[in-house]
Amino acid sequence: MQLILESLFNGVAIGSVLLVAALGLAIVFGLMGVINLAHGELMMLGAYSTYITQLIFKQVSFLKPFYDSYVIVAIGIAFLVSGTVGILLERTVIRRLYGSPLETLLATWGVSLILQQFVRSVPLAYASGLVIALFFGLFTPLFISDDLLHGAKGKLIRACTWGFSALLGVATGGVLSSLVSKLSRASARNVDVTAPSWMRGGIDFVGITFPKTRLLIILITLISVLVVIFFLDKTAWGMRIRAVTQNRPMSDCLGISTETVDIITFGIGSGLAGVAGVAVSLLGSVGPNVGGNYIVGCFMVVVLGGVGNLLGTILASFSIGIMTDLIGAGRLLTIWPDMPSPLYSTIDFFATTSMARVMIFALIVIFLQFKPTGMFPQKGRMVES
Amino acid sequence: MKLSKRIFAGLATASLAVTVTACGGSDSSGNFDDTVTVGILHSLSGTMAISESTLVDTEKMAIEEINAAGGVTVDGKSYKIEYIVEDGASDWPTFAEKSKKLIDQDGVPVVFGGWTSASRKAMLPVYESKDAFLYYPIQYEAQECSNNIFYTGATPNQQSEPATDFMYKRSPAAGGDFFLVGSDYVFPRTSNTITKAQVKQLGGKVVGEDYLPLGNTEVAPIISKIKVALPDGGIIVNTLNGDQNVAFFKQIQDAGITPSNGYYVMNYSIAEEEISTIGPEFLEGHYGAWNYMMSIDTPASKKFAKSFKKRWGSDRVVADPQESAYNMVYLWKQAVEDAGTFDDNAVREALVGQTFDAPQGPVEVMANHHLSQTVRIGEINSEGGFTILEETGVVEPQAWNQKHPSSKGYACDWTDPKKGEKYRM
Repeated sequence: MQLILESLFNGVAIGSVLLVAALGLAIVFGLMGVINLAHGELMMLGAYSTYITQLIFKQVSFLKPFYDSYVIVAIGIAFLVSGTVGILLERTVIRRLYGSPLETLLATWGVSLILQQFVRSVPLAYASGLVIALFFGLFTPLFISDDLLHGAKGKLIRACTWGFSALLGVATGGVLSSLVSKLSRASARNVDVTAPSWMRGGIDFVGITFPKTRLLIILITLISVLVVIFFLDKTAWGMRIRAVTQNRPMSDCLGISTETVDIITFGIGSGLAGVAGVAVSLLGSVGPNVGGNYIVGCFMVVVLGGVGNLLGTILASFSIGIMTDLIGAGRLLTIWPDMPSPLYSTIDFFATTSMARVMIFALIVIFLQFKPTGMFPQKGRMVES
Repeated sequence: MKLSKRIFAGLATASLAVTVTACGGSDSSGNFDDTVTVGILHSLSGTMAISESTLVDTEKMAIEEINAAGGVTVDGKSYKIEYIVEDGASDWPTFAEKSKKLIDQDGVPVVFGGWTSASRKAMLPVYESKDAFLYYPIQYEAQECSNNIFYTGATPNQQSEPATDFMYKRSPAAGGDFFLVGSDYVFPRTSNTITKAQVKQLGGKVVGEDYLPLGNTEVAPIISKIKVALPDGGIIVNTLNGDQNVAFFKQIQDAGITPSNGYYVMNYSIAEEEISTIGPEFLEGHYGAWNYMMSIDTPASKKFAKSFKKRWGSDRVVADPQESAYNMVYLWKQAVEDAGTFDDNAVREALVGQTFDAPQGPVEVMANHHLSQTVRIGEINSEGGFTILEETGVVEPQAWNQKHPSSKGYACDWTDPKKGEKYRM
């Protein structure tokens, strides 16, 4: 019983890391059909946001008493940072490439390389300044009445908001670099996010240790999934997104601004990548390559679950998680110690982390042979088909 | 100046123009009769850049020190050392390509370079076919002995063997069972084969081993296995690489695998540089084994750390790989001066038998192109350094490991043409 519980918990813990990382991709790739290879780098930006938030909470005197709760603040910041960069990416690159997946694949791969080198070569203080400038530059016009944004006066106002945002960005960069010396120099070195003391260690329950960070990641995942489901199913914009996913020209005809829907969908997908970045920063170190390690897993989960289906993504990530633990940790051998010897040696052979991955990939390939569209294929006629 | 150089380096890599060349030391005064240009070949971009750039810094510092002291004197003429830095870009074929460039195009007499065993294996055929010379500064799995490579890092009998001995006999977990964890590539697998043989000899038991594919940071299954294999504590030997250590230590601490619960980790890839990245709070109470540790309390060691900090910034640390890189530049200089020429073959002959008062203590170049050096076992403390617990005498290097089943009874000797790369003792 204890063994099953422990295995289940480990499976869910591994699965929830996969799920939180794949959730954004499930929206971007699943709903919009965009193959975004820079998804991992958006996660990386989220992880760096956590690091920067942590440093600011450590250095600024009036925030110090709240140091213990910086992780929660970081989740919001990471969502905004990755979302902003995602929207910029959508506006400048992906928008021009809708309907041509191969070009999107290449272009986003290029973007991922640029982002990786960007965090290596630009001091983090100025990188945050840049993101803040982008954030205000992109979003301030939304709060200015539409009447003011027409004609020559509108252009002037837009230019002014960008100028103002740029100033704000430079100021932030300057303040940050003078405040936190670690952020003022570019470094390719990996950095470390230290969980506040209340999140370290584990909780002992019925003889099993549940690591607190894992519990927190499961919680983050759960909340993200619930919010996404609520957003897609219950809000007006969620309905519009689903409408555009199912039939773009028809939605356009009915007066839905597909362009705005694209921005919102991509922004949310990217923002969720940022949240995933917070989660993975708690597990390992934060570096330029942190996202690249997850990207294959993310695509695997989305494809296995069935493109365009959230429930599929959820089930796929948990089944991969549980399989990883069952095979990789050699649980079957513990549960059934006197199984026939050929079977025993086979399972023993696959009971290492490397071989477990091979096994899981093989199982997924076999599964996709029988169900090429994943666990839950999209039903009905799609516009693309 | 420094910043713009860095941004330039970044831009250059981003546009896939991966050659970043820099010539330095032009401002040092003094009169030289001539100059000699050497090659430095490490990764300045990609995953390995973090580690390898520290070696470039150290090698530059050693060269600057030599120049400031009058350069290299060959045949009564003084030569100023200049260097060409090439970027291996964490990509093994690039290392081979850049080696060819340095040897053929730039005509350098020596190349200082490499970190991963994979990069060395890629470069080896180049140096052998062109009969050029590579100086390689990293502790590695041995089982190799090239006439064209000079290895200044530790071989397993100069690091893992004394460490295993310590863990089994004298650590708080003495007599306990072993669990081996490593990244999935040649160094951890070879090193663990040796450890397994040694533990068996000592009468101990290895109860499990697992390897994490490079780049993977999901250590939950490994933790489950450790808890099943070592329910009441024991010895964990860790050969994980770089970032994977961060994930490993953060998560084993959360899972209760800590020194206070009787689990002690011996690390072969964690030096001062890595401790500061991972965070001492995760590592305190675990162990490391190296030839050089920054906390060595000798004037030579302190001077080395002090000059490095002075040259590259007070927040920088020095560690074993850097010390090894520092030594190799000096040993090359001594050999050239003894040989009286920059010619590879003469330098190679003069090199064997060279001694140097390194920051770790005296080292000597042996006939198998490796160094005899001192081994130290340290406990990681809360300040991010090692508290040195044990120090061996000078240990001679074994290019062919005597505990590894495939190389037992073999040795390497380049001073005797009849013996060469691998002969039966």
